[in-house]
Amino acid sequence: MDAQSICIATAATNQVGNEGPIFRFVFWHSVTLAAIVGLIVMFYAYVFPQFIPNGLNFIHGWGNILPFGGLYPMDPRILQELRAIVDERGLISSPEELHTYECDGLVNFRVLPRAVLLPTSTGQVQSIVRICHRERIPFVARGSGTGLSGGATPVDKGIVISLARMNRILEVDFPNARVVVEPGVLNLDVTARIQHNEFFYAPDPSSQTVCTIGGNVAENSGGAHCLKYGFTTTHVLGLEVVLPDGTLVHLGGKTLDVPGYDLAGVFVGSEGTLGIATKIILRIVKRPECVRTLLAAFDSTNEAGAAVSGIIAAGMLPSAIEMMDNLAIQAAEAAVHANYPNCGGLLLVELDGPLAEVEALMTDVNEICRSNGAWEIRTAQSDAERALIWKGRKSAFAAMGRISSNYIVQDGVIPRTALPQVMGEIERLSQEAGLRVANVFHAGDGNLHPLVLYDRRVPGQQEAAETLSAGILELCIEAGGSITGEHGVGVDKKKMMSKMFAEPDLLTMQRVRCAFDPLQLSNPTKIFPTPRLCGEKPGEYSPHPLESSGLAERF
Amino acid sequence: MDTATQSQAAALHSSLRYKLISFLSPEHVHAASDADIVAGVKPKLVVVPGSESEVAEALRLVSDAGLTVIPRGGGTKIGWGNPPSRADIVFSTARLNEITEHAWADLTVSVGAGCTIQTLQATLAQHGQRLALDPLWPAKATVGGVLSTNDSGALRLRFGALRDLVIGATLALPDGTLASSGGKVVKNVAGYDLPKLATGAFGTLGMITRAVFRLHPLPRSTCSFSIRAKAAEEARRLIHAIQNSKLAHTALQARFENDTAPIVHVLFEGTEAGLSAQEAHLKELTETASLTVASPDIWNARQDLWSLAKPESAAVAKISVLPAEIDKSATAIAKSAKVRQLRFKTLLQATGIGFLKLEGDPANLRFSLLDLREQFESNAGSLVVLHRPAGMAPFDAWGSAGDALPLMKAIKKQLDPGNTLNPGRFVGGI
Repeated sequence: MDAQSICIATAATNQVGNEGPIFRFVFWHSVTLAAIVGLIVMFYAYVFPQFIPNGLNFIHGWGNILPFGGLYPMDPRILQELRAIVDERGLISSPEELHTYECDGLVNFRVLPRAVLLPTSTGQVQSIVRICHRERIPFVARGSGTGLSGGATPVDKGIVISLARMNRILEVDFPNARVVVEPGVLNLDVTARIQHNEFFYAPDPSSQTVCTIGGNVAENSGGAHCLKYGFTTTHVLGLEVVLPDGTLVHLGGKTLDVPGYDLAGVFVGSEGTLGIATKIILRIVKRPECVRTLLAAFDSTNEAGAAVSGIIAAGMLPSAIEMMDNLAIQAAEAAVHANYPNCGGLLLVELDGPLAEVEALMTDVNEICRSNGAWEIRTAQSDAERALIWKGRKSAFAAMGRISSNYIVQDGVIPRTALPQVMGEIERLSQEAGLRVANVFHAGDGNLHPLVLYDRRVPGQQEAAETLSAGILELCIEAGGSITGEHGVGVDKKKMMSKMFAEPDLLTMQRVRCAFDPLQLSNPTKIFPTPRLCGEKPGEYSPHPLESSGLAERF
Repeated sequence: MDTATQSQAAALHSSLRYKLISFLSPEHVHAASDADIVAGVKPKLVVVPGSESEVAEALRLVSDAGLTVIPRGGGTKIGWGNPPSRADIVFSTARLNEITEHAWADLTVSVGAGCTIQTLQATLAQHGQRLALDPLWPAKATVGGVLSTNDSGALRLRFGALRDLVIGATLALPDGTLASSGGKVVKNVAGYDLPKLATGAFGTLGMITRAVFRLHPLPRSTCSFSIRAKAAEEARRLIHAIQNSKLAHTALQARFENDTAPIVHVLFEGTEAGLSAQEAHLKELTETASLTVASPDIWNARQDLWSLAKPESAAVAKISVLPAEIDKSATAIAKSAKVRQLRFKTLLQATGIGFLKLEGDPANLRFSLLDLREQFESNAGSLVVLHRPAGMAPFDAWGSAGDALPLMKAIKKQLDPGNTLNPGRFVGGI
């Protein structure tokens, strides 16, 4: 609309001399048009968002974002209602702040939530969920957001309910060895609260200084010591749960074997798809008389693996057996200077129990390691040494940052005996892809954590790393193992579910989901590769006419 | 009913029977006898499928015909729970008794639902391993039955209950679906934990056809002790002291009965060196006087509760209370027995799980059970009746299932919409 084109246009149309009015006309006309378009967009965005067809959300994760970068907002009326439930600090709706919640530990999946609510009581959670149920708004519960499978990634057009402010330890009951907590309590804070009385809370995921019990419940978190002590599900006796329609139910309880189905057992590890836990009854454990940690250096992971088999075959149940390969050792050394020997396969064995028992077994472990080729064995002589040994192991994931700019943390399980074969295959895949793989294992239960190292700046490397990482999971399935030992399925491994389970297996699980959440509002789009609507009941029951008339009694 | 409808009904049943015989072969389908009676209800037919897919297919046929199914293993606990509202066809797991895979180096076993616990344990023992569980009547009880009734004994204190030992299960559903969940590795969080859902579900959601368990090594040595306590309070104090000590005992329980001093049983497992150190520690804790080395037979005490002199005037119940209230519960039982003029014998484990036998007049038994249930439930506990005299007035075996009952019914409706499996036997009429 520059002056020159107007001159040419007036010359061409014989309107020379009218340039001024024509320019003014064109100018205001354009402005008016732009304003009308803007008004229409505003109306759709803020007043009638429901008229925007879902088909427009074809770019994954952009469903909540308008082309202008503005927020695809909630109905102001609903927002007002939600604000009234929580206080001003309990509602986040500005785009800048919402970005904090767009992903969890799995950073390559991002979805901006419409709003984040931070309730402080069970009653508030119920009120929020009731509104979600009424308005059909999907919701995702979130703890500290340390999950590695995208379990807390927001969903399109959904809100996030953060339980971070529900962080009170409600009851400590030493005589019964029970602790009742709210979901936002940090894992390590439970042990911190009870250790003066020689108790501890056993599940110890590596993120235990920052992750919440609620998140642990969702993911059924494990940790290094679950070989002996079991997983989160072993230690959760009861739950208070807000179901996806806002109903409050109590699953399990303070005593064992509460009559009815073991719904606490089903809820733990359901990755937030069955409701929101608002109170959790935990079992706590008495500290053993002594703990001994041994570090053994081998030339390769195969020899270290043979030692693990020897320990198990000897009838021992150590509290932890961890293994690291050379690359993982280097990274840990660079990061925390754990003073590990530089070797091909490092084994960390921890025994606990009564002193005499542990001393006797430690001699055996020593002997088994030597006979399998360990060339250096160290026993932690003090708590400080023990802490240092564990620090190296627990920081292994983060330590990869010292030796590689980017890396993928994988989590798969194999039967322990398949270790040498699977390690060989991982090595082969790694060479084929031209990428390094560092290995950290919970060797006692066959839980592998291969870390695929890559450089995002090199074109094609990220894709190659993702392919390699998925290839490792297929190895786990072939070996008869599992696609996840403790990180969960989330959004990350949905596709792998149909490789591990047959269709009827997955459909049966979804039938259970339908009983809890018929509208599929609670963390939908997670775990299952092909969601099924709860309306489609296969083989809906209708009584046989003879049965209705009471005749089927006759045979 | 008119003749036309009658013949229609007969035709339906004979056609179902024909279908079942045609794919299970005649020797595996037979008419039920008095030995097949389920809590007073006599079924019509017993079928013995030979594979998991046969179970699923037969279930679908029966379910489509609108009839009901009672899954059965060794039949040792078939009378537990409420009587079925209907019982048409018994599904026996007797032929699903194969131990498919004992991956001893991985400490797991995959086993058919019909395998008896004793056979399983004998196979596992060949590699120095065991399923760390001591259920009732192991010679007859099967994997499927023990899972469905969630029957664990004294070893539970150390190794957990079935929910902690089962890592995979296959369920046959009434629509013919055969669904597996879990896996054969101990650590696995892929998908919902349906093995836990089936555990203790009394076969009301699906019929367990196979299970995978994690295993434990057989202990190198074991050693049991008995401690005689003066009163219930002292028994609780002893249990609390042992639980609160640095001892690593495997089992711990107390036995109470009429006019007899309570006895506490402790089991240790481990190395010789470890055991003698623990024995010394235990002696310090208990101040020696009443401590004696006991025979391993004391661990049969739970099973002994079922040796009923007069089943028509005895009841057996499982109770669950807070671990610190063992003495209070024992006192409540003794008091109720005294008031109702009953004899009692009870075994309370350190986990808070207990088993109780009451003997006497059926009407009094009923009052006592109701009274005790009320007391336990008011303090987060429960009382489930496992055996009751035939002459006792109707009585719900389960007690309250709490506010999750509607949810449980919704799950039942999803998996067994036609109410085919064990109708009416479980909590809240499920």
